[in-house]
Amino acid sequence: MHELSVTQSLLKLVLHHAEKSEAVRVRTINIVVGQLSSIVDDSIQFYWDMIADGTIAKGALLNFTRIPAKLHCNDCGHDFALNEQDYACPQCGGIKVIVTAGEEFYLDSIDVDLQEAVSN
Amino acid sequence: MPEIEIVENILSVNDQLALNTQKDLDGLHVLGLNVMASPGGGKTSVIYKTIEALKDEYRVGVMEGDVVMIDVDKIAQLGVPVELVNTGGDCHLDANMVREVLPKMGLDKLDLMIIENVGNLICPAAFKLGTHLNVLIASVPEGADKPYKYPNMYRGADVLLLNKMDLKDYMEFDLDYFRRGVEILNPGVAFFPISCRTGDGLAAWLDWLRAKIQEHKA
Repeated sequence: MHELSVTQSLLKLVLHHAEKSEAVRVRTINIVVGQLSSIVDDSIQFYWDMIADGTIAKGALLNFTRIPAKLHCNDCGHDFALNEQDYACPQCGGIKVIVTAGEEFYLDSIDVDLQEAVSN
Repeated sequence: MPEIEIVENILSVNDQLALNTQKDLDGLHVLGLNVMASPGGGKTSVIYKTIEALKDEYRVGVMEGDVVMIDVDKIAQLGVPVELVNTGGDCHLDANMVREVLPKMGLDKLDLMIIENVGNLICPAAFKLGTHLNVLIASVPEGADKPYKYPNMYRGADVLLLNKMDLKDYMEFDLDYFRRGVEILNPGVAFFPISCRTGDGLAAWLDWLRAKIQEHKA
């Protein structure tokens, strides 16, 4: 639901790093998104196509790596995948669980051109 | 094609602005609250009752994240400083919106700054504002399944109020199911069942908050 402001932050971050490396074009943007981060990939791409227009990142491909949520039971030590209906441990029924993966939301890397590609 | 390694939180700009706000608050020993709930959960009522009870003990200011002046006018009746943070229809407040309004708040004359976020259980959870405590207000008519449906919001709360307890006998609200969800997501979080309408339970919440304000002044 807040993908527009997220996309604006992403664009700023991408342009900052691209300019620092004196890139002339950003081709691919690699983003890591955890299952629990409530981010909708398609909306980010949709907003990207609008707001990146006129920048060196126009038309860049957004590549999302999804990280599934993982939980750890502090009672029995069992590691398990998130069952969205119930966070309790499927092995012992314990509710002292912690999230060990799935909250990621970061810009991993970008692929850039460092000089204008020769047109073919 | 050269690849540039970055590995940077996409909301890092927001986080940095939030940190600046927190420093401003800390420098003047002002405790900041970020009040979040679904629409109609009772954010404004809780803020109103809280200020009503505390305004002779502490200097309180309010930022209202909204697009209309209804809540601002309501809080202004209490005679405390209140400013609108116009969200322009956005689904959440962010650190930048808060920073733009912050200079108007007269922080040097406050002990407590309350920010009323936009009524929404998803988006506000992702954006730090620079406040010290996330106050989450749930309410009985919403249903007991909300912790399971909005885990990020429940995990980020520092204190949870369950409002509209006066309606519990009219609703099928499974308090045990609700509390179990809360306990899984946020073990040991401070929890206060209240009713803004009857005033039940408010005293315990107010004592908890007084202690937090005092801690912050020390």
